[in-house]
Amino acid sequence: MSRSIHDLTVGDIVELRLVDDLKRTTIVQYAGASGDFNPLHTDEVFATEVAGYPSVFAHGMLTMGMTGRVVTDTFGVDSIASFGGRFTAQVFPGDSLTAVLTVDAIDTDATTVSVVTRNQRDEVVFSGHARIRADQPT
Amino acid sequence: MGAENFYVEAGHIMMFARSIGDENPAFDPTRTDPSTVVAPPTFVQSSAHFDPDYYLRPKIGASGWFGSGGTPSGTQPDVGGESTGGRQGGGLHAEQHFEYHRPVVPGAALTARVSDGETWEKQSSRGGTLVFRERITEYVDRNGDAVVTARSVGVQVIEDGAS
Repeated sequence: MSRSIHDLTVGDIVELRLVDDLKRTTIVQYAGASGDFNPLHTDEVFATEVAGYPSVFAHGMLTMGMTGRVVTDTFGVDSIASFGGRFTAQVFPGDSLTAVLTVDAIDTDATTVSVVTRNQRDEVVFSGHARIRADQPT
Repeated sequence: MGAENFYVEAGHIMMFARSIGDENPAFDPTRTDPSTVVAPPTFVQSSAHFDPDYYLRPKIGASGWFGSGGTPSGTQPDVGGESTGGRQGGGLHAEQHFEYHRPVVPGAALTARVSDGETWEKQSSRGGTLVFRERITEYVDRNGDAVVTARSVGVQVIEDGAS
């Protein structure tokens, strides 16, 4: 499934559908696995009546975790040197997310990609970068 | 999320991968050689489970959880001075960055050391001041070797007129 960075050229794009119609249960599942049980993510009553949000919403790290799939599906896990980004909009139950990875630069020691995740309204919810070490055998 | 003993386990990696919708067999000891399992890139976030003081986990026997129970707000405890993350003046996660030095694999026992980074402010376009706080978490193994460096940025909105 993963490919050598030698197969890619600058400007190449990889698109991955991350989730359709995000469920509250999925957010709860992430809370359990990650250990972040903030009721803003897990407790509709608290999120709406106390905190004033329209509903619970996803952990930023759930969005980033799902987004990481487009990196690991493309390059595997072992050669990732860095992965990071900004949370630019909240993700709510019912949202559908798509990640797009773009190859920005290929150097002798590493490949740099940008990764942008958008919701069904084409709003950017996560925007970041990853560096992949060029230590794979040719 | 500081932790002295963040035990990395294959079953936890599998559950974490499921929660992010990732079916990559590399994260699942039931579908690959368990000795080859590695953690997905954001897995170290789950070190929260191993932070004894992590304020976003209900504590056994403690009465102070701020989620709904008999009332929508629970018991409104003191949560250690940290934000509850909501519009009650709390903070939200603005950025997250990881640098990977060594693979995170089952059997590792990592130590997570947290330090404060920079703090800066910005005017919000919706009014108020945005206060950004950076925290650095260094994950090291039993040999003291760096495994992952995490940098998170939280943002808090200070309404105009509030002090």
